[in-house]
Amino acid sequence: MKATICVTLKPDVLDPQGQAIQKACGTLGYGQVSQVRQGKFFEIDLDAPNPEAAKRLLGEIAEKLLSNRIIENYRILSIE
Amino acid sequence: MTECKDPMVDLELARAHGLTDGEYALILEILGRTPTYPELGIFSVMWSEHCSYKSSKVHLKTLPTTGKVVLQGPGENAGAIDIGEGLAAVFKIESHNHPSFISPVQGAATGVGGILRDIFTMGARPTASLDSIRFGPLEDPKHRYLLHGVVEGIGGYGNPVGVATVGGETQFHECYRGNILVNAFNLGIVDADRIFRAKAVGIGNPVIYAGSKTGRDGIHGASLLASAEFDEKTDEKLPTVQVGDPFTEKCLIEACLELMATDFIVGIQDMGAAGLTSSSFEMASSAGTGIEMDLDRIPTRAADLTPYEMLLSESQERMLMVAKAGCEAEVCKIFERWGLDAVVVGRVTDTGRMVIRSRDEIVVDIPVDPVADNSPELKRPYARPAEQDQRQTLTLESVAPEQDLQGALEALLDSPNLGSKEWVYRQYDQRVQGNTVLAPGGDAALIRIKHTDGTPTSHGLAMAVDCNPRWCFLDPYTGTLAAVAEAARNVACTGARPLAVTNCLNFGNPEKPDVMWQLVESIRGLGDACKAFDTPVISGNVSLYNETAGRAIYPTPTVVMVGRLDDWGQHAVSYFPSADLSIVLLGATREELAGSEWLALRRGIEAGMPPVVDLAHERRLQDLLCEGIAKGTIRAAHDVSDGGLAVALTEMCFTAPDGRSVGASVRLAATLRVDALLFGESTGRVLVATTNPEAVLRAANACSVPAQTIGKTGGERLRIESADTEVWIDASVKHLKKIWERAIPRRLSDGGAHEGGA
Amino acid sequence: MIAVIQFPGSNDDRDMLFAMKTILGAEASLIWHQETVLPAKTEIVLLPGGFSYGDYLRCGAMARFSPVMGAVQRFADAGGFVLGTCNGFQVLCESGLLPGILLRNRKLHFLCQNTAVRVERSDTIFTSRTKPGEVLWIPIKHGEGAYYADTKQMQRLEDNGQILLRYCDAEGSVTEDANPNGSLHNIAGIVNERGNVFGLMPHPEHAVEEGIGGTDGLKILGSLLDAALARRKA
Repeated sequence: MKATICVTLKPDVLDPQGQAIQKACGTLGYGQVSQVRQGKFFEIDLDAPNPEAAKRLLGEIAEKLLSNRIIENYRILSIE
Repeated sequence: MTECKDPMVDLELARAHGLTDGEYALILEILGRTPTYPELGIFSVMWSEHCSYKSSKVHLKTLPTTGKVVLQGPGENAGAIDIGEGLAAVFKIESHNHPSFISPVQGAATGVGGILRDIFTMGARPTASLDSIRFGPLEDPKHRYLLHGVVEGIGGYGNPVGVATVGGETQFHECYRGNILVNAFNLGIVDADRIFRAKAVGIGNPVIYAGSKTGRDGIHGASLLASAEFDEKTDEKLPTVQVGDPFTEKCLIEACLELMATDFIVGIQDMGAAGLTSSSFEMASSAGTGIEMDLDRIPTRAADLTPYEMLLSESQERMLMVAKAGCEAEVCKIFERWGLDAVVVGRVTDTGRMVIRSRDEIVVDIPVDPVADNSPELKRPYARPAEQDQRQTLTLESVAPEQDLQGALEALLDSPNLGSKEWVYRQYDQRVQGNTVLAPGGDAALIRIKHTDGTPTSHGLAMAVDCNPRWCFLDPYTGTLAAVAEAARNVACTGARPLAVTNCLNFGNPEKPDVMWQLVESIRGLGDACKAFDTPVISGNVSLYNETAGRAIYPTPTVVMVGRLDDWGQHAVSYFPSADLSIVLLGATREELAGSEWLALRRGIEAGMPPVVDLAHERRLQDLLCEGIAKGTIRAAHDVSDGGLAVALTEMCFTAPDGRSVGASVRLAATLRVDALLFGESTGRVLVATTNPEAVLRAANACSVPAQTIGKTGGERLRIESADTEVWIDASVKHLKKIWERAIPRRLSDGGAHEGGA
Repeated sequence: MIAVIQFPGSNDDRDMLFAMKTILGAEASLIWHQETVLPAKTEIVLLPGGFSYGDYLRCGAMARFSPVMGAVQRFADAGGFVLGTCNGFQVLCESGLLPGILLRNRKLHFLCQNTAVRVERSDTIFTSRTKPGEVLWIPIKHGEGAYYADTKQMQRLEDNGQILLRYCDAEGSVTEDANPNGSLHNIAGIVNERGNVFGLMPHPEHAVEEGIGGTDGLKILGSLLDAALARRKA
């Protein structure tokens, strides 16, 4: 099975990388960009009997390893 | 005998590989048949400028490379010198110019990775790095981007591998707008009797591949990128830049050093430029043996790599080694412990041939020696450029004298070339391994030497990298003399005695007689200076074709001098350590403004003969400094170079690492035009601070080094005046420091994230 | 006996060993990350700086799952003394032995510089050789050292006196200008509630010799050693 997960910073955590990108957008002439938040994106191949089991497994992995729950949220984007 | 998808090999394909018609004819003669596609690839990289040094070899042979301290001269991965206590220092500098221009972060990172492998391949633990980097003007956004990227790449690789970056140089000049320079130096320490060499000895011994898996990275990177001029289509070359993984390198360092402490291996070589091909050829060639290898055993990242791609891949962090028969399992176990692949891929033979199989077919069968021995050696024509006379002509009388001396000083301090480089070096780990006595920001770096088991010694090693490209452009011979002299002077300013040199010769297209002349003149200067100082050249690198759209960089022979200090605790600093010290100027100031930073910055002129270099005087000066510092009469010493006496004095006021500043009052006899006195860059001068000026003057007099007491330290202002008390400069040190500190950060203030000044 | 944990990618492991053995004369050895138990006589565990497992994903995120960390966790739970510097601090946070997390430096760049930190408390096992308010000069070198925790957690740290070191200026004033990386409340080092686990971004092991970074780092490493000796005698 193939799954995708994204990990994003919680809204109240400062994201200097996102800010730098937002400023760079401005420098490039894209003044329309008012905010950028940078996150992480994972493509995962895994063995699981069914999507529900995969979801459970991925949730555990995301919780334990892929994200740090103090500052980050995760979302399972797809399982196919 | 090759796979059907390989293209037909003919003269045209050989030309497309950068081989000349003559070289292709020689290949046919050596093989007695048409080469296979992988064989053609092998010849093209082995005989490329990058791997064969074909343009420079005949001239490099004139350099002094032997001496009583030399344990290993040029020809191995790096040179080695005896530093006492049974220890050797292994060091080398290497360029990664073209890859860094195309992809600054990865280019610079893999440059650092490559030089580190050269060092630990010899059995030495990489201990101290220097980086010499040159860009176009910071007003150009592309060069701000390149500076950011290169510094990020150097730190992003050097920091995780746990090697301290202790110094370097950063310069900006129009001539690098189309072609930046990234030269990386590393020095490692090894027990002198445990130096490893790249030799495939012992018939039947297994050949082991270790480290990262092979991918399609950088195929023809070194050979083509480093040997082709840039043009507008440079972007198309992007895929050939390799990606580095410092974590793997760190594990590889530890695994290799652990392995080298055993008796399991007899030869080792890193897979650098041209990868598996050059490493196996070099190992077989230096041992007079052959190698049989099976490509099916090579760990790969992609399933469908062709033999051609496997042989020419420049995937990073890979080593090839020859183990003693029967020790394979132990060798592989060490790598496995560090999470790295290690597999037996072949064995050493007595055939003198390189035989490579893939899927039960022989894809390469080449005699080793003819490829190495027949590696081309060119006598490229060279001629003094027609414009050279004009370049060297400058009538000083026609240069308007400086009207605003303090304004000129401030402008110089604000120039990115003379301003603080802290923005750069604070992004590097300067402390790891716990040996850094003098960190970046002074004349030379100084490290304490530890035994390989971690026991500290009382000895230190100083190192400095220098080059004034403007001088080398105005006169490549004198400019290179000056580069060696300055590097040696910087080392001596710490109290260390210069011992040996490594260099990186960055030039334009050697097929142009003008450029070739610069290279020849520069090598002549390097040789003469190194002979005069008794500091042999033990390793080096040549980077040619540094030009874009037909415009070559200024000749840039970066020189690294390494010196030794018996007692690291008894060193001098490059700043005023306290008030109430006498300031003594060693060396003579002549009316030399040609080639100076002042003339370029304030008058927009780059012309004239660079300042005279007196090698005999330099040597006496080195001795004087080493003795004075060892005796403790000289507490601080700072080389007078870019920006002249005024800038050197200013720097001494505020470059203490703890941020404290000390003022100074200086009085100078106006024997020449004041701007030449303050901003001229006469060589062979050092400012020293001492509690005992009489002793310094006496010692200087005894060895015929001109010396005069010019002032005292103290207060919060820098005041420079004439003998008849005309005030030339009078400014608060804090004010000057602020200008100097902001020189680079204020030019990078595009996007707050890149703002300096924490 | 001091156990210096060695992860693949640790950098300052041998420097920590040098500081403890050669400079302070203590008994110390490197313990490989694959070990599942600590040596029986272990009195102090040191988690050194560096880039464990390449610091890919997040700093310290993967080291936390290495076999030895289970043993370290048990050691800490039993009241053993644990000190983590830089990457070691990050590992302690990731593994929950210390609250909070270290984020990318405010100005994004890696920073290597000598830094002044003010000692907030000297009545701990990690700071007994210092005086309250004393300014120590110890180098930092990190790209991700901005301490972060939520408001409630920050309040707890303050209320419990868990903040042992704060970035300050040369005079000891804790100011925004003196904060090199954007740490909340200028935090340079914190201790757990029980007081036996300490994490700090500065590198005391790089300030143990006059002439090579100074000796302020010895005050911290030495305090810890004193505590271990006192416990041995007790």
